[in-house]
Amino acid sequence: MPEPLFLFFALLTLIFGIGVVVNRNPVASGLCLVVSFIGLAAIYVSLNAYFLGVIQVLVYAGAVMVLFLFIIMLLDIKAETRRKFNKTAVIGGGAVTLGFLVLLANVLSSFKAGDKRLPAIGADKAEASDVVEIGNLLFTNYTFHLQIVGVLLLVATVGVVVLSRREDRVATPPQ
Amino acid sequence: MTLSHYLLLSGLLFAIGLAGVIVRRNIIIIFMCLELMLNAGNLALVAFSRFNLSGQGAAAQPNYNGQMLVFLIITVAAAEVAVGLAIIVALFRSRQTIHVDDLNSLQG
Repeated sequence: MPEPLFLFFALLTLIFGIGVVVNRNPVASGLCLVVSFIGLAAIYVSLNAYFLGVIQVLVYAGAVMVLFLFIIMLLDIKAETRRKFNKTAVIGGGAVTLGFLVLLANVLSSFKAGDKRLPAIGADKAEASDVVEIGNLLFTNYTFHLQIVGVLLLVATVGVVVLSRREDRVATPPQ
Repeated sequence: MTLSHYLLLSGLLFAIGLAGVIVRRNIIIIFMCLELMLNAGNLALVAFSRFNLSGQGAAAQPNYNGQMLVFLIITVAAAEVAVGLAIIVALFRSRQTIHVDDLNSLQG
């Protein structure tokens, strides 16, 4: 991917990421997050990770964000927009983030392997589909992990149902 | 494009998420910023998988083990979002607030 496109999608991701933090309205924050995730999906595509780019759009920009917006609509958000920013939190957050950025600059400037250019993919593999490669790995080396994730998703589903059940609706035992 | 470009983008995205988690008081926004940080980590993993090719010469291809890890992280993150939002809804039902400053019953 040429440099201007990387710059465009990187800025898209970062600017809308900042939009998530500074927007007072949670719905606007959620929509900013969608755009940020789509920019990130484009960055994945620039790294030849086409499958992950598609998954990013489907799962994050699709399913997860619908869930977020649904919950925001369920809850009362009017009271939140009136609140002022907490000064201590802003100062503390700024300090911690600044410290993290200094650390990041330090690490990246001393990271020699970081100057590596994007290496070319071999001629045999240039046309290979990464879905095939990931699928092969998923069902050979990572079968156990796949099953664990399956169980985890089942547990999460059951957990969500239990958590969102109303307390007052106790099932009456059959007479 | 060098590896540093991608790592810098990943680090900046993580910093935005970190700042959001500390500064914002709305628990849903905090949760969104957590997702942002998770995605920054994913980006670093994908970048490393692309820049450290496995195989030599014509057989060189991205290291798909890194992409597998990202795939698993996205799956776990989806489960985490579902459970987290269910907890937030349960919290809102019992306390009628999603503002973390109002949730101080553990403050002593």
